[in-house]
Order: sequence, then structure tokens, then C-alpha cells
Amino acid sequence: MTGSSAIQADAIPAIAIGGLRFRWRPDRPWVLDIPTFTLAGSERLFLAGPSGSGKSTLLALIAGIHRATEGQIAVLGADLTALSGSARDRFRADRLGVIFQMFNLLPYLSVLENVTLPCRFSAARRARAIAIAGSVSAEARRLLAHLGLDDPGLEGRAAAELSVGQQQRVAAARALIGRPALIVADEPTSALDADRRLDFVQLLRGECESAGAALLFVGHDRSLASHFDRVVELPALNAAPSVG
Amino acid sequence: MAILTLAGKSLWNRRLTSALVVFAIALSVILLLGVERLRTQARASFANTLSGADLIVGARGGPINLLLYSVFRIGDPTNNVNWTSYRTLAAHPQVAWTVPLSLGDSHRGFRVLGTSRAYFEHYRHGRNQPLRLAEGREFEGVFDAVLGAAVADRLGYRLDESIVIAHGAGEVSFALHDDKPFRVVGILARTGTPVDQTVHVSLEGIEAIHADWRGGAPVPGLRLSAEQVRQLDLTPKTITAFLVGLKSKTAIFRMQREINEFAAEPLLAILPGLTLQQLWDLMGLAENALLIVSGLVVLVGLTVMLAALLTGLNERRREMAILRAVGARPGQIFALVLGESLALALAGAALGVLLLQGALLLAGPMLQARLGLAIAGWPPSSHELILLAAVLGCGFLAGLFPAWRAYRYSVADGMTIRI
Repeated sequence: MTGSSAIQADAIPAIAIGGLRFRWRPDRPWVLDIPTFTLAGSERLFLAGPSGSGKSTLLALIAGIHRATEGQIAVLGADLTALSGSARDRFRADRLGVIFQMFNLLPYLSVLENVTLPCRFSAARRARAIAIAGSVSAEARRLLAHLGLDDPGLEGRAAAELSVGQQQRVAAARALIGRPALIVADEPTSALDADRRLDFVQLLRGECESAGAALLFVGHDRSLASHFDRVVELPALNAAPSVG
Repeated sequence: MAILTLAGKSLWNRRLTSALVVFAIALSVILLLGVERLRTQARASFANTLSGADLIVGARGGPINLLLYSVFRIGDPTNNVNWTSYRTLAAHPQVAWTVPLSLGDSHRGFRVLGTSRAYFEHYRHGRNQPLRLAEGREFEGVFDAVLGAAVADRLGYRLDESIVIAHGAGEVSFALHDDKPFRVVGILARTGTPVDQTVHVSLEGIEAIHADWRGGAPVPGLRLSAEQVRQLDLTPKTITAFLVGLKSKTAIFRMQREINEFAAEPLLAILPGLTLQQLWDLMGLAENALLIVSGLVVLVGLTVMLAALLTGLNERRREMAILRAVGARPGQIFALVLGESLALALAGAALGVLLLQGALLLAGPMLQARLGLAIAGWPPSSHELILLAAVLGCGFLAGLFPAWRAYRYSVADGMTIRI
């Protein structure tokens, strides 16, 4: 990524939230009430929140799965409240990489096919992957190698045959392919054992840095927090009464 | 496009279940198309059999019965026609030709037909094709026989073979005309009609083997040798029925009425095409019942598919969440599951058509030889294509339900992974 676009990316916040409120139905209590929250363009942030603090709902709003009931939410400069459902789906396909806690991979695809999956849904990411490495699978191999998965026998194997740690690294490669500007990771280390957690966080952080992507890392293991630019407590952020 | 590849890989991942579903649909398609093909080909086969005669005349009784025993060799005649009545009508100024038919004997399960040489001249099958001899000649002598193609084939008969005719139409008969054997002088070319299953002899031959019989049994103490019989007057006293060709088609209905009002004895004249139509009207009910049953079997096949897809769906909610996370729209999730249904239905229909085709290729010669039924193979008729389209349409409709379920799941779950 060139210097000027890095500056430009820095200039536009990855996430800008103002007066955001969300509830499932008008007769239900508020789940989220976030007066203000900002994630800078290339910031790596640790969002700490116990379950029930509205973490999943917040991620769904940022990813454009759900729409805010009130207030503003802009991701990478796009006002998600103004976009239609399918436009938000397209936006997510083009601009976001998502890593889940576990079960990230489609069991019927090979490792390589899992990594290149976002390029099936986004022409923009496909084009960027090709611009970087010459082809989508070359970029997938490059990312896998960076994440320590450069065993040539690995890429053709079924995703289900991998260990949990390997699966999470494949998921990271999938989130990173085609250079999305924001990576959202929902407790990606909770299924890993302690020494693997640190490895994974360092790898992920390093890849985001070299790609110039912002990282929103949700977790509850505060021992990892020191590896991030900033730590935010979700219960402190969310004014809505805790549900769980 | 991306979604279709995924649907294919997802089905391949569950290939055992998918194969079973495809097989179930294929079986139901085989039944549906098989019933349909048997129905249309049986009709075509019957229609091919009766061309030629303008009227068929027999003793008064049911018109369908007359048609069945005179042309299709099914069932037995109820009564006979007097030879004098036959001669009178054959001499009618409107009549161009007649073919007498005398039934009642058999040879090893095949019907023996006593007739005149007019039979070889006037009988038509298929698209107005005359009978053709594959080997030998028409019968001339009293004890000459001309075999249908299937008779010669099945029994392995050649020319000059000596055959014994049995009294009655059963496969096994205890009353044999074994003192007066016939000689095979000709073998007819295959026609795909009941002619193939018939042994043809002259009316005189039929008369000769019954010369020392009275009332369906040999007369005790009276035994005439073949040589003695030849000296007798072998003009038959009765025949079973006769085919009539008219000089002018416009006279058909007038002639029919005239024969039906024949004073000397009660006769029945039928128009073969019209009576065949009556037969089909009668059969229509059974055919429709068969079609409905096979249609229901297709529904069973599609229900199997529905069950398989719905069972898989709950454990695939995780997969839906992953797809949503990488940017799949709910509509694409819908398309994924619907695409799987369509692929299964399509594969099932294709396999069904192929298996049916293979079965017909294998069983075709057997059906032809045993039933005289020529079942044409490729290509499927337009009606069959409509049935196939209906199967795929039903597959599409059945697929809407799991697709809609998956759509609802994917909207409700979003990226949340439910386990």
C-alpha cells in the first residue's frame, strides 16, 4: 500500500459511531446504546466484553447484518444506516474480513478454496488479490505461508481435517485476502490453548499492519490486550442495561 | 455462478445422501415414463395392427370382443359365421375383397389361423405395409402351414418342418391332431403385430383336421387318414369372422348397417378404428389410474429429497453464517439451497431417462418377441418431455421450502454461529 493511501485511510476512521441505539423490536429494551465510539483507520483495538454485553449485536451492526434503530454508524466512510440490506452485504463482501470464534471453515471446501471464498463474492477483492500476487490462489498461498501454513500438502486438504489452531489461521488468511480495510475478529483465540493464542494474535496483528488494515479484536482474555494499540471495555461503552 | 459451484461441492460433500436422493427420483421417473411409453406404444402397436380392412364381420356379440379375437388373437369367439352367409356377403356388389378367418386351434401356445390366400394379398400392418414372406411360399396344399416370424424364432422352426396342431387355444393341450401333421412351407417377415405369433393354414386344412371330429372331440371308431381326408369336400361349414374391403369408403356405414340387419343369421360388422377407440375409452380409466400412481411415486421421490435437504439444513446454519460473513446475501443462500434441489431433481430425471433407455434396449427384443410390442427408444416423445418438465417443476417447487427456511435462518442468524 502506498504512503498516500495509508494517510488517506488514516484520515477516514474505520468505524465511527454516534448516538447508536439498537433494539430487536419496539416493545423490547435497548440492547445497545453507544453515545460515541471511533476506531481509527489503521488502529488495532482490543474490545473487551463479557458475553451478554451486546458484543455480538455490535459486530452484526458493524458488519451491516443488522441496521441501527437510531443514531449513526459509519464504517470505512460508508454510512451503513443509509444503505439497503443488499448494499450492506456487498459492502461487507468488498471491505470487511471476519473471523469467528470457531467453525470458520466450510467443511466441503479445501483449505485453498476456503481462503479464496471471499473472492467468489467480491470482484473488488478478487481484483486486489490478483493485483498483489498475480492470481487469487497465489495470494492465498502467500497469506497461508505468512501465517505459517506453507506445507504444500495442506492447501488441498479438507478443512475439517485441520487442527483448531490451523483452522483459525486459515480463517485469518480468508479474512485478509483481497486486502479488506477492516478485520473484525470475534474471540478468534478462545478455542486455542494459551501459547497458541499469543502466536495467533501476533500473526494477525502483523498481517493487519502490513496490509494497512484496521483490526477490531473482541476478546475476554486480557492477557492479550498489551499487543493492541488500545483497549476498550464494552460495558463502559454501552449505556444500555446489561441483558445477561 | 459462485453459488452454483458451492451448491455442487456441498452436494458432493454429502454424496451418499445425494446419490440416494438422485436414485429415488430416478426410480420414480423410470416408472412415470415407463408407464407413459408402454401406454403410447401399446396404442401405436394396436393401431398398426388393424389397418387394411374397412369392416370386420363376426357373429353378433360385443364389438370389442370381435375386434380382439379377430385381429389381436385375444380372447375367444362366442359364435361362428355360416359359410353361406360369408359367401353371400363376399359376393355383394360393394365388396372388393374378403379374408375369412377361422380360429380355435393352436400349436404350442401359438394360435392357428385358418384363412385363404386373400389374407396374404389384402392384410395390411403398420403404414399400409403388406405381408412379406421371409422364406418359402404361401400355403397351397391342405397341410401346408406358413409361420409368423416369432413362431419360427421361438420354436426354432425351418422350412419343411412337420408340425402337429392341437385342438383348443391353450399352451398345453391333450387333444392333438397328430394324425394329420402340417408342413412348414413359408415363414413371414416380422411385422411387430400378432401376425408374428400366428400359424397360418388354409381353411381346408382346418376342415381336414376336424373331418373325423364332431362337437369338439374325435368320433369314436371313425379315423380318417390324411390321404382319405384329401378326397373329401373340404369346404368349411363355418368360419369365425371375416375382414371386408369395400370398393368405396363412402359405402362403409351403409354396408355396416346392411350386414347388421342381415336376415339369414345375426351378424355384427364393426369399423376397426372406431371400435379400437371404444376400447381405449374403456382403458382410459385404468391408464389414468396408472399415471396417477406413477405421479404419486414421483411425489414420494421428491419428498425424500425434501426430507434430506431439511434434515441437513439445521446443521448447515453454521455454513450459512460463514457465507453471510464473507458477503453472501440472503438471496444467495436461498439460491444455494434451491440450486441443490434443482441439481438433485435434474440428476434424478437424467438418470431415470438413461436407466429407462437402457432397460428398453435390453428388454426390447423380449417384449417384441413375446408380446409383439415394439417399444421405440430414443428420442423421448414431446409428451414425455412435458412429464419430465413437470418433474423438474415439482422439484423446483419442493426446493422452495428448504430454500425459504435457509433464507429465514440466514436473516435471523446473521453471522451468529448457532450450533
